[in-house]
Amino acid sequence: MKQAMNSGALPATPRVHYLNNDYGWKSWLLTLDHKRIGILYLISVTLFFFLGGAYAVLFRLELMTPQGDLVSAETYNKMFTLHGVVMVFFFLIPVVPAVLGNFLIPLMIGAKDVAFPKLNLASWYIFNLGALVTLYAIVTGGVDTGWTFYTPYSTTYSNTNVVVTGVGIFITGFSSILTGLNFIVTIHTLRAPGMTWFRLPLFVWAHYATSLIQILGTPVVAIAILLVALERLLRIGIFDPALGGDPVLFQHLFWFYSHPAVYIMVLPSMGVISELVANMTRKSIYGYKFIAFSSIAIAVFGFLVWGHHLYTSSQSIYAGMIFSILSYAVAIPSAIKVFNWTATLYKGSMSYDTPMLYAFGFIGLFTIGGLTGLFLAALGLDVHLHDTYFVVAHFHYIMVGGVVMGYLGGLHFWWPKISGRMYPEGWGRFSALVIFVGFNLTFFPQFLLGYMGMPRRYYAYPVEEPIWQVLHVMSTAGASILGVGYLIPMIYFVWSMRYGPVAKPNPWQATGLEWQTSSPPPTENFEYSPVVTWDAYNFRPKEEPISAGTLKPGDQPA
Amino acid sequence: MSDRHADAHWALAHHFENLEQQREASTLGMWIFLLTEIMFFGGLFTAYSIYRTFHTEGFIAASHTLDLVLGGTNTVVLIASSLTMALAVYGAQTGKQKMLMLCLALTILLGLTFLVIKYFEYSHKFHLGLIPGSGFEQNWIKAGHNPALARDAHMFIWIYFALTGLHALHMVIGVGIMSVLMYLARDGRYTPHYHAPVEVSGLYWHFVDIVWIFLFPLLYLIR
Amino acid sequence: MQVRLPFMPEQASTFAGEVDALYLFLVVLTGSIALAIAILEVIYAIKYRRRSPDEVPAPIKSSLKLELTWTITPLLIVLFIFTWGASLYFKLYRAPEEALELYLTGKQWMWRVQHPNGQREINELHIPIGRRVKLTMATEDVIHSFYVPAFRIKMDVVPGRYTTTWFEATKPGRYRLFCAEYCGTSHSGMIGWVVAMEPNEYQTWLSGGSPTESLAARGERLFQAKACNSCHRSDGTGRGPALEGLFGSTVKLQTGAMVKADEAYLRESILNPSAKMVAGFPANMPTFQGLLSEEEVLQLVAYIKSLSPRPATNIQAAGGAASAASPAVPAKSKSSGE
Repeated sequence: MKQAMNSGALPATPRVHYLNNDYGWKSWLLTLDHKRIGILYLISVTLFFFLGGAYAVLFRLELMTPQGDLVSAETYNKMFTLHGVVMVFFFLIPVVPAVLGNFLIPLMIGAKDVAFPKLNLASWYIFNLGALVTLYAIVTGGVDTGWTFYTPYSTTYSNTNVVVTGVGIFITGFSSILTGLNFIVTIHTLRAPGMTWFRLPLFVWAHYATSLIQILGTPVVAIAILLVALERLLRIGIFDPALGGDPVLFQHLFWFYSHPAVYIMVLPSMGVISELVANMTRKSIYGYKFIAFSSIAIAVFGFLVWGHHLYTSSQSIYAGMIFSILSYAVAIPSAIKVFNWTATLYKGSMSYDTPMLYAFGFIGLFTIGGLTGLFLAALGLDVHLHDTYFVVAHFHYIMVGGVVMGYLGGLHFWWPKISGRMYPEGWGRFSALVIFVGFNLTFFPQFLLGYMGMPRRYYAYPVEEPIWQVLHVMSTAGASILGVGYLIPMIYFVWSMRYGPVAKPNPWQATGLEWQTSSPPPTENFEYSPVVTWDAYNFRPKEEPISAGTLKPGDQPA
Repeated sequence: MSDRHADAHWALAHHFENLEQQREASTLGMWIFLLTEIMFFGGLFTAYSIYRTFHTEGFIAASHTLDLVLGGTNTVVLIASSLTMALAVYGAQTGKQKMLMLCLALTILLGLTFLVIKYFEYSHKFHLGLIPGSGFEQNWIKAGHNPALARDAHMFIWIYFALTGLHALHMVIGVGIMSVLMYLARDGRYTPHYHAPVEVSGLYWHFVDIVWIFLFPLLYLIR
Repeated sequence: MQVRLPFMPEQASTFAGEVDALYLFLVVLTGSIALAIAILEVIYAIKYRRRSPDEVPAPIKSSLKLELTWTITPLLIVLFIFTWGASLYFKLYRAPEEALELYLTGKQWMWRVQHPNGQREINELHIPIGRRVKLTMATEDVIHSFYVPAFRIKMDVVPGRYTTTWFEATKPGRYRLFCAEYCGTSHSGMIGWVVAMEPNEYQTWLSGGSPTESLAARGERLFQAKACNSCHRSDGTGRGPALEGLFGSTVKLQTGAMVKADEAYLRESILNPSAKMVAGFPANMPTFQGLLSEEEVLQLVAYIKSLSPRPATNIQAAGGAASAASPAVPAKSKSSGE
């Protein structure tokens, strides 16, 4: 079907766009074009995704047997630590904002670029500098503290590269801050004429909320990690009770960022899903304002729930109660989103193309991830579940089931815009299915393991519990399916850049300014400055939207 | 880039419609950066308030080792530098080139004065060995302070060095920015029409001053 | 609630049933919600599939009433869950007044237990069923976490402070004790056993070990060895306050503040005497930070507790347990189980 749609109106002559206007390596490494920077990020984070994934494969293999037999305990501890560090700081946090957000936000609001293009390029370099420092820490011995760096283990007892890793994360944090800063200013100042706040695509709203967390949360974790490094180097007792410090203070500072960081990861994906659900059903999104404000509500409430990681850490019972009730409060805006997406499907015209399959996957898995959060927020129940595989399963449902599904859905949806080519639809659907199955097989058994009492970060587990091993083997089997599922899109995306069918400006007949320019867009995004006179997701315009920059269907892109 | 900007102001970046929009963007950008900075210092302020509650007496005793005169002088110096900075921005806005240059120079001078005074404060502490690290407790006792409070005073001292050190780092960066600004401004680059860099740097400078306005009472005055 | 379903750990404490009840309630509740959403999506996906490539469905206006319904209904549901979870949490973390008090120390990578009668164990914790057991926990190094899945309890053991937890075992047996907070290389090897025994077997076990001095007696010996008694004299003539009757009382500090002399206070006053200075005494006590292990501090604390008549009853009672017929131990007369 898609191919049929695309076969008409192919551009007859090659045209100059952002990808082919210059080919030299300088034109990439010194580019100020937000679209090219998005692609630079795409390459960086993909490398880190597969590095983090490789660790996961190795320790999943280790866990197939209860005894520690594949690697040593030290190696295992380093592997889960680096899996966490790499995936959280170098993949999940930047993935959607820095790749899709960078590429799309200026297009969606009708701007020529982000507000500070040089800063944008700088933040990519800062990201890679932090990444290189962390890689150096990995190569020279790794780190074994867990990605949470809990004191006093990280400050006093670990013999691994804590400081160097910390410096890497510290540096990368600035890249995240600068990206967030750039987006906020861009969204405030560079919207096209007529693009009011409530005409913005929900993707933009979600990124606005994300950026708020990035600029307010990241500095706090930066200072916390800096203090860990200082303590390690100088032994000044910042978190050492023998010298008057408090080890739990670190947990507060760390989670003050790292819980909101979960929303840095998932909010942009939620934005993607809002776009996919509306555009793949060709329906105006249900409850636009509720979805928009729920993003802001998540960003605000997200800052007030960090203490739910400390229910068993000897914090006061009353603090626990406050954090519990606030954690429940943050569940509501997420629920609102799920209900509104579902309502959008009602009487829609639903496509079964790959992006929609990912959207379905996201809604399903995010719902499970969110609902299991209700278990963990319940104080008395969390005492049993805290630090078990239940927690591991819960956050993987959010981060892998949610974030990665949203990211892949978005990547498929906007791939025609990014590359100017269509990906192979059949393979797309197939891999979406493989990923969904593999994911559930990997992580659902971990809920059961967790309730049975299997603690996380265990290199070996009791042999006398045969059922534990059965569940671990299922999980490992699922992980290998999942791994294959992730490799397929990488292969066909690369393939499609050369061999994929040429994409039309708007292959999905979607709304949104990004679809009104050619695919791929010219360096300046629009031939003419767009003027917006319609709401987002306006599939049945009462009058033909008038915009100088609009390419009407069938127009030959110049 | 595109030719429609051929007659535009030289400072206008290609993706902005006009200088007004560009100025708005850079000002907003600086405000957001300052929000980040507040959170950055905020982590240390949290540590300060928690540990002060735990070790009140040690904090009070250690605070007495700070020189109120030098701290007070520095406060006055910084407030004065804020005035000269504000006047520099005013000079740029109204096209008074000489005023701009003079006030920038004064701001740099006052900033350097602050840093020199801070250097003397620090070197005095180093001289006595009252610096974060394992030797602190002995030096504290050697200096004739209450030995029972040595450990708690140490908590104060590291927070003092962390906060003032971070602040001093911001001052150094600020002086650097002002110097660059002065170098760029020498040929009348900034006009009533275009002076966003001066304004934005001014915001940063005022922020660094305000941080000190919090640090001074917290570290020197509450004893 | 005493049902054991597949994929659930054994229920061996009074909490287990209550925690499981909340868990199963949530499984059913969230399961139905997830299923409802899934069914709805599948139905919509089939019913409203795209019939022609250029089809554009009619827009639907959102209804405020519907939005508010699905905002407020979940809010009420989660408030209900919150209340349930919080009341359970209160029970779990509010230690009872009357309990058998044991002392646990975490150390990379083992658990050490001290019983009031002086019995010591490593990676094993013998307890009677049908009796409340309160653990006072400390760590010699990093954060550990005491976790017994069969009891559904978990509590971090944090450097620089005492944490406590309590439970009442209902069923004799051996239950795994895990360290749940990552603590370094052999974190996964920091596994012990809680051995729950019938009260009479427990008595036999208590008296069966090599006869040792009680925890308090060991503390007293330490008290003399470290020359604490030269200042803290029982007649109050020493340079430090007398410690008789101190535990459980309220102490007036130099700052004018009043603090309750509990375990945490005693510990802090030994390791960092200047933190809370008692009114009327000079600040001349040296710190014992680094000179005493957490286990030794616990012994001193037990000794000082034994100097106070009331709250320390069960310590002295069980502490005198060289005699198996100690009167306080048969607390099994209390109703065990539900």
